[in-house]
Amino acid sequence: MSDQSTSTNRSPIRWHILVFLAPAVLVYTAIMIFPLFNTLRLALYSEVEQTRIFVGLENFRTLFFDPIWSKQFWNALGNNFWFFIVHMLVQNPIGVALAAILSHPRLRFAALYRSAIFIPTILSFVIVGFAWKLILSPIWGIAPGMLDAVGLKSLFAPWLGKEEYALTTLALISVWQFVGIPMMLIYAALLTIPEEILEAGEIDGITGSAAFWKIKLPLILPSIGIISILTFVGNFNAFDLIYAAQGALAGPDFSTDILGTFMYRTFFGFQLQLGDPHMGSAIAGAMFGIILIGVCLYLFGIQTRMRRYQL
Amino acid sequence: MNKARQNPLNAAAMHGALILYTLIALFPVFVILINSFKTRKKIFREPLAMPDSESFSMVGYETVMKQGDFFLYFQNSMIVTVATLFFVLLFGAMAAYALSEYRFKGNMIMGLYLALGIMIPIRIGTVAILELMVSTGLVNTLWALILVYTAQGLPLAVFILSEFMKQVSDDLKDAGRIDGLSEYTIFFKLVLPLVRPSMATVAVFNMIPIWNDLWFPLILAPAEETKTLTLGSQVFIGQFVTDWNAVLSALSMAILPVLILYVIFSRQLIRGITSGAVK
Repeated sequence: MSDQSTSTNRSPIRWHILVFLAPAVLVYTAIMIFPLFNTLRLALYSEVEQTRIFVGLENFRTLFFDPIWSKQFWNALGNNFWFFIVHMLVQNPIGVALAAILSHPRLRFAALYRSAIFIPTILSFVIVGFAWKLILSPIWGIAPGMLDAVGLKSLFAPWLGKEEYALTTLALISVWQFVGIPMMLIYAALLTIPEEILEAGEIDGITGSAAFWKIKLPLILPSIGIISILTFVGNFNAFDLIYAAQGALAGPDFSTDILGTFMYRTFFGFQLQLGDPHMGSAIAGAMFGIILIGVCLYLFGIQTRMRRYQL
Repeated sequence: MNKARQNPLNAAAMHGALILYTLIALFPVFVILINSFKTRKKIFREPLAMPDSESFSMVGYETVMKQGDFFLYFQNSMIVTVATLFFVLLFGAMAAYALSEYRFKGNMIMGLYLALGIMIPIRIGTVAILELMVSTGLVNTLWALILVYTAQGLPLAVFILSEFMKQVSDDLKDAGRIDGLSEYTIFFKLVLPLVRPSMATVAVFNMIPIWNDLWFPLILAPAEETKTLTLGSQVFIGQFVTDWNAVLSALSMAILPVLILYVIFSRQLIRGITSGAVK
């Protein structure tokens, strides 16, 4: 109100700006930002004899170093990293390859392939988890039957039930589900490459796969960077698929436990263990830290250094 | 044009690769759908055969209809998704308009503040969200879900919509102002109709994750009368895990609505992604 004369001549406070902004800012602040900080604050408290007391970083010390907690935490974190690595090594290269083929000029039925390959991405984790659980089940016998048909029956194992395979199998199921996203984003990036650049390459004798590696790939690197960070955030926030396929205990013997399921169990409790919102908040705090580190690494370490070509 | 780019052998290899991957992508869905219409015996004996007059059976669907309240779950999912989309689009467009149209102190900071939520998943705040919903009595109501999904959807909606609002011509808005229209009328009558295509893109982006979410229904609204279709089918399948007919039918019933929506909206969705809305 005080700088009435210095701002605009129209009106002292432009109320309509406030009216336009208020609903979005209020809902966003109240339901997202405030709970986020409140969760981080709760991580610094503990409950002793039904009163909430401030314990500082004690919960984090328990989480990282206490033998019972830390074993579960590092297990979940390690599994989560493996989950992410499988996505980076399988999902994104397949996505790029499919996009490269789809973006080929004069390819017939491109729209049809694109829509069909995207279908798994729109299904819920519950459907995907159970569908694959049934297909890989040794009781039903679709997977062993198909392997038998090509003479590889000896390779079959109950993949979701074996500690050493279960996590990788789930990661591959997740890859199967989400390959559509990198495919679409890379496809979009490839379409923006002007024809003249490719023709200029052809004149210099760069065609076919050489054109892909030497011209297209460097041009779509920024999109690959974005996909990597989206994958990272998505994976360190994952929960639904593991919960739907293996339950809250992330069996067999916690071998598929990731941070999301670990937080759910800690927060809500399961079987004999009581739920502990404060330890749950501490795990959420750790997840927040990891995601923040990843996003910062991307924003300051990768994105700013990546060469962008003016097209 | 150049020969190297239209080699018939290359084309065959490309189609081969795409067909192979399309089969991998569709096979599980196909197997679930065809087996949901077969008798239990045939499901196990010939899992890959199409249902015929001999093996056809709807017994799974009958169990699902009798035991689970799928119409209620479907209705809940519908209410949550539609209401959330309404609020995300209305509030998001309003905020996007304020940020892209007016210059005011803190414009930049407000934009960055709203953009924060694009990268940080709302699930991190779950513990405090649950406390908030318990203290306001919203737990086990559909409102809890609508509010959470609205907050989750707003950052990206504001970001995408303000990009498009910048493209609306200033002359049009100024003409409105000269005619004495209020800022509200200009927004609702002149600007909103022009950005309708980008609102559709935002709607389609938001629809799928909301419809498919398991985390928040499980934590905020697990009561029988507020279960969404995703949570309802998860619980149902968990209980009927040995009744293969029922499980396959429940899965098919969960797949079908999404598949129908996808067939209707796939053009919009794919155009939205490929037009660079999320870049």
